[in-house]
Amino acid sequence: MRLVIKNGRIIDPSQNLDKITHLYVSRGRIAGIGENPPEGFSADQEVDATGKWVLPGLVDLQARLGEPGSQYVGDIASETLAAVAGGITSICFPPDTSPVNDSQAVTELIQRRARQAATAFVMPIGALTQELKGERLSAIYSLKQAGCVALSQANTPIQNPLTLKNALEYAATHDIVVMLRSESRQLKNNGVAHAGAVSSRLGLPAIPPSAETIALARDLILVEEAGIKAHFSQLSCARSVEMIAQAKQRGLPVTCDVAIHQLHLSEMDVMGFNSLFHVSPPLRSLRDQAALLAGLKSGVIDAVVSDHTPLGNDDKLLPFGESKPGISGLETLLPLLMKLVQENELDLMTAIRCVTQNPANILGIQTGTLCESSSADFSIVNPEAIWTLNPKTMVSAGRNTPFAGWEFIGKVEQTYFQGRPVFRDFV
Amino acid sequence: MSAARLSAPNIQLNALGKIKHFLTIEGLKKHHLTEILDTAESFINPHTNEIKKVPLLRGKTIMNLFFEPSTRTRTTFEIAEKRLSADVASLDIQTSATKKGESLLDTLWNLQAMQADMFVIRHAESGAGHFFSQHVAPHVHVLNAGDGQHAHPTQAMLDMFTIRKHKGDIFDLKIAIVGDVLHSRVVRSQIQALSILEAREIRVIGPKTLMPVNTEALGVHVFHDIEAGLKDVDVIIMVRLQNERMQSALIPSEKEFFKLYGLTEKRLALAKPDAIVMHPGPINRGVEIDSAVADGPQSVILEQVTYGIAVRMAVMSIIMSNAAQLAQHEAEQLALATQESTQSDTLLPTETNA
Repeated sequence: MRLVIKNGRIIDPSQNLDKITHLYVSRGRIAGIGENPPEGFSADQEVDATGKWVLPGLVDLQARLGEPGSQYVGDIASETLAAVAGGITSICFPPDTSPVNDSQAVTELIQRRARQAATAFVMPIGALTQELKGERLSAIYSLKQAGCVALSQANTPIQNPLTLKNALEYAATHDIVVMLRSESRQLKNNGVAHAGAVSSRLGLPAIPPSAETIALARDLILVEEAGIKAHFSQLSCARSVEMIAQAKQRGLPVTCDVAIHQLHLSEMDVMGFNSLFHVSPPLRSLRDQAALLAGLKSGVIDAVVSDHTPLGNDDKLLPFGESKPGISGLETLLPLLMKLVQENELDLMTAIRCVTQNPANILGIQTGTLCESSSADFSIVNPEAIWTLNPKTMVSAGRNTPFAGWEFIGKVEQTYFQGRPVFRDFV
Repeated sequence: MSAARLSAPNIQLNALGKIKHFLTIEGLKKHHLTEILDTAESFINPHTNEIKKVPLLRGKTIMNLFFEPSTRTRTTFEIAEKRLSADVASLDIQTSATKKGESLLDTLWNLQAMQADMFVIRHAESGAGHFFSQHVAPHVHVLNAGDGQHAHPTQAMLDMFTIRKHKGDIFDLKIAIVGDVLHSRVVRSQIQALSILEAREIRVIGPKTLMPVNTEALGVHVFHDIEAGLKDVDVIIMVRLQNERMQSALIPSEKEFFKLYGLTEKRLALAKPDAIVMHPGPINRGVEIDSAVADGPQSVILEQVTYGIAVRMAVMSIIMSNAAQLAQHEAEQLALATQESTQSDTLLPTETNA
């Protein structure tokens, strides 16, 4: 099928493009952009995007899709639908599934389910160690062969430095991206909230920033020794941003990301013990929040992720410390980014780049772009639609969002995956 | 958004601004605390009388849910409830339904279905009282008997009552709190109560490992040297070392802790001559406090236990009285609204004609 999206404002950071023009799609791929159609192109269908934005499908480096293991709060079919409702067409799926994605069989199961859903591009991340226990290396080569785009320990970082060193060196042998979340379990000490004024007032077991920064320092040293490209996931502290900036200045091939909720929320939101604000790493101080935002603006932080974790009511209907950490974030990734743009905290091109071109580059994949011949994954956004987030109407099976009642300007109206419409919602 | 959430209505208060649930001292006004202290005074006398009961809570059902072990708090609550003539059920939740896999809320709702009017809850998680209060029926009240490291408001109020009994007023007093501030829900509540009652100076004394982050932000002066911290204080509150909450090495040994922070007669002499010594219990003799001080003339530790009953009676009777006032207020409002509605209905034809 041939499709033309007419008169939309096409914003594609990978081409430094921000222009009102037409987008041509042919057989699931981008055929061209411009006033004139490519040679021999005749459209079967026209979509008028006047007054709308046309964005490359977003690339989310971290989103949990419930399956296998937590189907009671969503599966690959339901969560990929939530993804495209948020304009996200490529999703990295961390290995903390049940069973853990540490084998070809689990990777293939995920891929099969994703193919059946055919709604978005699901990229499994393999476990760096067996069962994520941090003890024995997974079959890294087999995982890569099976289609894992990266390896990680999800939220259970390797504590033993020798095991991590070996894992990094073995992964380097097979030239696969390693995503590290830096956290010292000893310094975390079963904490549930940032060690600051709020945890002191509320008596919540506290997690000091050093739980992240000491582990990050160690990880950076081991990454340098192993000579591997590494991606650091979900930074939460100001000092971590400084450390990554210094590492980049020294020429280390490292990249990093931040979860979108860290840019909008802080430890102050934990007042009231609302377990919807229970996340890992914890919401940090206002100073940390400002530093993360500055890091994003300056380019030290390369990508923004949803860290989507759909949870059931029973997981959150518990006292703060007993509840499971996580936010259902696929549908709020783009709206929260747009909010930062509207509040002049971030320019539009940077905002879009950190959820399209940059994450795609980190993985070394041809997605998050509207370049000719790339997969026709894109969304049409009404930048003026005003709406309020109501958890009851969320597409994701997880309604665990702390952003309920927030008003947003700008909404995804249509999403196309491989040239096919996979989501439509006209406000 | 953060600021908006911080200024959210206090869930402890009802529509008339009176105490509905008693979860924490934070967010209450001076008049709320004074009311509790004044009411507790009126319950002191029954203790000395032969018949100690008053019929204030007759027909009400109170359930004590202790998810954590407790002897002193649980017993004083039970006595207080019985002296108010309430029907009382005490459940040791550690050995009951939740251990069989039932969720906390299902347990709570089942007990609520047995027509409970008030839950007295102790739980190991900070904020558990807030959580329960958000999920009980509107007519049910939650009283926090200690949640994690967060709050123990009735203990703080009985401490205020004890201080007031001995010193007349909290205002203008210098108070030192010594020991494991980090893990103590009692200390957090004490600091808040002392601040609201406008104590002149609140000092906390202990090693850095037993202090929360930004302790000063709680409105206190921090001392690591007990000799300096005890100088000229009117009240010394000793706090128990909570070894059960210590997951890592926070002090080298109890012996060294006593050497550095234990309250001895010599150290007590640094405080004002009429200073009183308090301890929320259970006391560890030779760890936090020397026996000579614990049993000495300046110790009011056992009085605290006695006053605990009066203060808990005060809190529960105030909560039930507030509920009755609110119900009456709502009935009056409804009657007024019905009256206005009837009047406007009768006016309607005239207005239409006009």
